[in-house]
Amino acid sequence: MSEVTLSKEEILRYSRHLIMPEVGMEGQLKLKQASVLLVGTGGLGAPLGMYLAAAGIGRIGLVDFDVVDFTNLQRQVIHGTKDVGKKKLDSAIETMTDINPFVKLDRHETALSSENAMEIFRDYDIIVDGTDNFPTRYLVNDACVLMGKPNVYGSIFRFEGQATVFAYPGGPCYRCLYPEPPPPGLVPSCAEGGVLGILPGIIGLVQATETVKLILGIGDTLVGRLMLYDALGMKFREMKLRRDPECPVCGDNPTVKALIDYVQFCGVPHAEGPAEAAVMTSDIDPVEVKAKQDRGDRFTLLDVREPHEFQICRIPGSVLIPLNELPKRYAELGDKNAELVVHCKMGGRSAKAVDFLKQNGFTQARNMTGGILAWSDKVDPKVPKY
Amino acid sequence: MARIMIPTPLRQFAEKNDSIELGGATVGEVLGALTARFPDLKKHLFTDEGKLRSFVNVYLNDEDIRFMDKVATAVKDSDTVSIVPSIAGGHV
Repeated sequence: MSEVTLSKEEILRYSRHLIMPEVGMEGQLKLKQASVLLVGTGGLGAPLGMYLAAAGIGRIGLVDFDVVDFTNLQRQVIHGTKDVGKKKLDSAIETMTDINPFVKLDRHETALSSENAMEIFRDYDIIVDGTDNFPTRYLVNDACVLMGKPNVYGSIFRFEGQATVFAYPGGPCYRCLYPEPPPPGLVPSCAEGGVLGILPGIIGLVQATETVKLILGIGDTLVGRLMLYDALGMKFREMKLRRDPECPVCGDNPTVKALIDYVQFCGVPHAEGPAEAAVMTSDIDPVEVKAKQDRGDRFTLLDVREPHEFQICRIPGSVLIPLNELPKRYAELGDKNAELVVHCKMGGRSAKAVDFLKQNGFTQARNMTGGILAWSDKVDPKVPKY
Repeated sequence: MARIMIPTPLRQFAEKNDSIELGGATVGEVLGALTARFPDLKKHLFTDEGKLRSFVNVYLNDEDIRFMDKVATAVKDSDTVSIVPSIAGGHV
């Protein structure tokens, strides 16, 4: 390998690292020679990208295919108001280049998949998981285990975060912690459940810290420890994390030796197939709901969001019974044979509500597809989106 | 009485409590007392067959009960039982 050195400009830039013996010239050169892949440039990826660039990681790869929108800006500080509508990759690279032009940045404008993950991971020392869904998390985990690369993990929900390092040689992996994902719908996403904007900053920077420590080889990393953070209680706790000898990926007799179909593994229905057809029969488009209102059709428009969401916006004429209260309150809906249209924010909770209502005899219950967001897009743009 | 820590995603099924003190000689008994108190929690913690769900981990203090005596793990009064479900958020 050719001799890696720091230029005069780099020495000045990294002076606060260089004067600490724990980092020093040797450590800074390790950072410069390191390569890190960030999967996702959203909530967790934003602080990760900015601080890892600032720290002087030699090469950082970014995987994303999304576009910046206004709802991102409450937490994704790598993107600004001027970036709305731009590709997240372009926006993140612009910010990171401004922070540190000495860092080489690789673009991977794609959705990580079983087909491309190994190919993309190959060129990096450390993989940092800043994704937002279970299929990708299991994919990142399995690829890291199979390739022997550490997976710096962080995850957030509302006021709570988790962080650790998986797949470090000899250490546990994500499947040792959670052998299986929850069934779809049981755990709400951030888009559904919300997230305190500051939270990904804290958890993302825990991941950034672990990444830098792994490269420098200093301190005690989170290998074998699951860090739990509760922003409301302002408490950090940690749990012991053990490698499971029976783990299907990293155990003593692994059964998963290649990447699998993670969408199927996580039980998320594929785009086509009988599952969708079954749902279709009880779906109704917002435009059709509006037409029914305009015609004066008799039907109940049931909103199953939470009261605080009802305060943000509502569809005129709708009645509110939050999904969780439905089992106790569905009698309020009256005649079980009457027509019923159910909506929520995006269509997930209302689909569950329709299933529940049908099981309880409401034969005419239908789900308004896309929720109030689709209503705002297709029917009434004055209804604010959130 | 052991203290049970209820994670954010499950608080909506536990009358918004973040923790609660309940009695029980084993982790299973404590969790049984918890779901008796908050019946809505039951399907989120246990399968129809009554087994702990695989995306919900339970810790006695900082130790995963899967590596102890599972739900038969003995609980002392000063212990903390934590429920730690899998969460996926981070990007969108």
